[in-house]
Amino acid sequence: MLHRVAPSLRRALASSTALLRGAPLPSPHAQWRPCASAAASASSSSLPPPPPQGPPRHGGGGSSTSSLNPAEVAKFASIAETWWDSQGPFKPLHLMNPARLSFIRSTLCRHFRRDPYSAKPLEGLKLIDVGCGGGILSEPLARMGATVTGIDAGDENIKIAHIHAASDPTTASIEYCCTTAEDLVKENRQFDAVISLEVIEHVDNPLEFCKSLSALTVPNGATVLSTINRSMRAYATAIIGAEYILRLLPIGTHEWSKLVTPEELVLALQRASISVEEMSGFVYNPFTQGWSLSDDISINYIAYGIKKSETPSTISQ
Amino acid sequence: MAPTPARAAAAAAHALLRRTRCSAAANRIRPAARDFYSAPAGAAEPQGAPANVAGVKLGDDELDVAIVGGGMVGLAVACALSNMPLTKHLRVAIIDSNPALKSRGYLKKDGVPDSRVSTVTPATISFFRDIGAWEHILQQRHAFFGKMQVWDYTGLGYTRYNARDVCKEYLGCVVENKVLCNSLLLRLQEQKEDIQKMIYPTRLVSLAFPSKSRQGTAGLKSPSTEADSTGHTSEALRRSNLVKLDLSDGQTLYSKLVIGADGSKSNVRRTVGIKTSGWSYPQSAIICTVEHIAENDTAWQRFLPSGPIALLPVGDNFSNIVWTMSPEEASHHKSTSPEEFLKSVNHALDFGHGPHPNSSSLDRYMERLFSGIGDTAASTQECFEVPPKAIGLISDRMAFPLSLMHSHDYVSKGLALVGDAAHTVHPLAGQGVNLGFGDAAALANVISEGVSVGADIGDLSLLSRYEKDRKAANIAMAAVLDGFQKMYSVDFGPLNVLRAAAFHGAQFISPLKKNIISYAMGDRKSPLFS
Repeated sequence: MLHRVAPSLRRALASSTALLRGAPLPSPHAQWRPCASAAASASSSSLPPPPPQGPPRHGGGGSSTSSLNPAEVAKFASIAETWWDSQGPFKPLHLMNPARLSFIRSTLCRHFRRDPYSAKPLEGLKLIDVGCGGGILSEPLARMGATVTGIDAGDENIKIAHIHAASDPTTASIEYCCTTAEDLVKENRQFDAVISLEVIEHVDNPLEFCKSLSALTVPNGATVLSTINRSMRAYATAIIGAEYILRLLPIGTHEWSKLVTPEELVLALQRASISVEEMSGFVYNPFTQGWSLSDDISINYIAYGIKKSETPSTISQ
Repeated sequence: MAPTPARAAAAAAHALLRRTRCSAAANRIRPAARDFYSAPAGAAEPQGAPANVAGVKLGDDELDVAIVGGGMVGLAVACALSNMPLTKHLRVAIIDSNPALKSRGYLKKDGVPDSRVSTVTPATISFFRDIGAWEHILQQRHAFFGKMQVWDYTGLGYTRYNARDVCKEYLGCVVENKVLCNSLLLRLQEQKEDIQKMIYPTRLVSLAFPSKSRQGTAGLKSPSTEADSTGHTSEALRRSNLVKLDLSDGQTLYSKLVIGADGSKSNVRRTVGIKTSGWSYPQSAIICTVEHIAENDTAWQRFLPSGPIALLPVGDNFSNIVWTMSPEEASHHKSTSPEEFLKSVNHALDFGHGPHPNSSSLDRYMERLFSGIGDTAASTQECFEVPPKAIGLISDRMAFPLSLMHSHDYVSKGLALVGDAAHTVHPLAGQGVNLGFGDAAALANVISEGVSVGADIGDLSLLSRYEKDRKAANIAMAAVLDGFQKMYSVDFGPLNVLRAAAFHGAQFISPLKKNIISYAMGDRKSPLFS
């Protein structure tokens, strides 16, 4: 089973168990892009110094701990202006949005015991959209009554999101920040529900990212993540099909080796004290050009988990 | 050893995944809009729409939905929206200067039935039941009918339909248009206390749609200068993204979505510039109400050389006549004396232009041949009957030109067309307003689905779902009706025989007959293939 684990995740798992027994850490591999947590770097001197952080980001804290890859951030910055063009490069996201929102709505209504027939079921809840981009997800969540904070590492994205949301009174109250999940954790902010869709396949260290998301969630709060499965079908459809053949997405949007399988995601979230309760897949119907929820998690899938109420054990440090 | 904790955790993760994938299927929410949720009749909750949105006070002139046109279909949309739990809270307004929109009580059953009536199919009846308006119709004049007879002037064939063929109690119900409107209005009144504020008794003068600048970015300047706390500028920013409606009494309204329900000469459609296709039929229809000695319980339709004549029961001993003919004949018949007119009506329904049809041994053979497929329809056994004589003309005769029209687009950003504003068809099968009610139901459903996922209800991709849903159905029906109209307007020997064969087929082949009835009743999407 471990051979299917992504290299970074596998190394993180191995290192954390090795630390427990005091064995020497494996030598760093060329692919390792550590987002070293303070504890790990302090405990061992054989770790290489963290690589340079790339171009400085606007806003946010200047801290070096981040699971973000500047190159990935730049991918989205270049097409930031087209976020709200529903026929542009983000068309697949716009098409997928209703299906994702219906999953989020149903799971959060059940989690917080809200009336599913209410027009604003998320009233009074504090939500955060990590990796909000242009606000495609944040705005509908705000219309559903939630108090939404949207964060993204790309400054252009935040600017676009701010402008677009300003014109509707329901969405004008969304708080957009150009920052990262790790920085928000440092500010000790917590939210009733943390939502991060289509982000984890772009971060360098998925495990650290999950831990940050978990730290942002109140105990017994909800976490929702969605991503693409690392499977042959996903390679064929989401990368070859969507990027090269149909040109729906810019080439290079997704790297197959960075995709996360459902098993890995569940594992990573468990280590971050989040237990996954529900998972669903998405399928695309080319005739109706619509996405719908399904049991097929071989390409796109979304997972909902609950943060454990006791403090996380130190095993994951 | 290192893999063991991970492997154990992985095994647990696998088991969890298997469990969660099964439960995910069961737990997925079906959008609540699929079942129309009618509030219990007694629980009329006060419906003051919240004027505070996210702490911002909205003006009285800022709406979510503005329905231009308060006819049957416009009122049906308003009623459906106010009935569904997800759309109850939307700020809806109806713009129509018709004084009938002030009526409050039930219309009396005594008195002459109006000659403007509609035949509502069972699909429409169940829509009305879902939104809670049907019980009001039952308190006013209405006429269910369970039988229908269709034949033509050649005397070569006839078809009888019976509701029992498809195990239903009725084929449809004939209701006056004003009763339909009134019932919807009464239901709306039950739902909303401030219905007076909802109805704007004026006409629409002009529409202005927001420019596309919200889609793009128009420069990446920060909106801090616009969206600041001074109410004036944020209000202006808000309104610049809404559709602006100028009314004839000088008021201006702003709305997220405008619904054009203002009939075949739709002002909204013309203002937006949506193109239409279609043609005028070289026919006009005369409508009037006649009286019989006894109650009429069957819908009759006879195809004559210049167009069909239909006799529909409207309740008590009255029937409604819809007689399609060329415009010259229409103006002639409109101006004759009532006795002359009655004579020509009875002649047209009886022996005018041709003999009575009767069945032959070939028909009996066909009937037996197809009786093996499913149950025989009861009406295959029924013989041809002569319609009841009209003994009195009790309303004025009205004439209308007929045409086929279909809009190229039903929707654009912030706009949707429903009912006759989007399409008109030939009245020969009584389907026109039923298509409109189908539009109303579909649009309300789509708006509810949009609200459930927090979408902007004026969003084009949301409204396109309504268009996709209804366009196919409406075009199909319009094509079928147009086909009938063309087929019956030509008096040509071989074509007559073809029509006769069609009649015989429809009368004596039970499975085909059942398909036709189900399609006409709205239970089926296509007459031949399901």
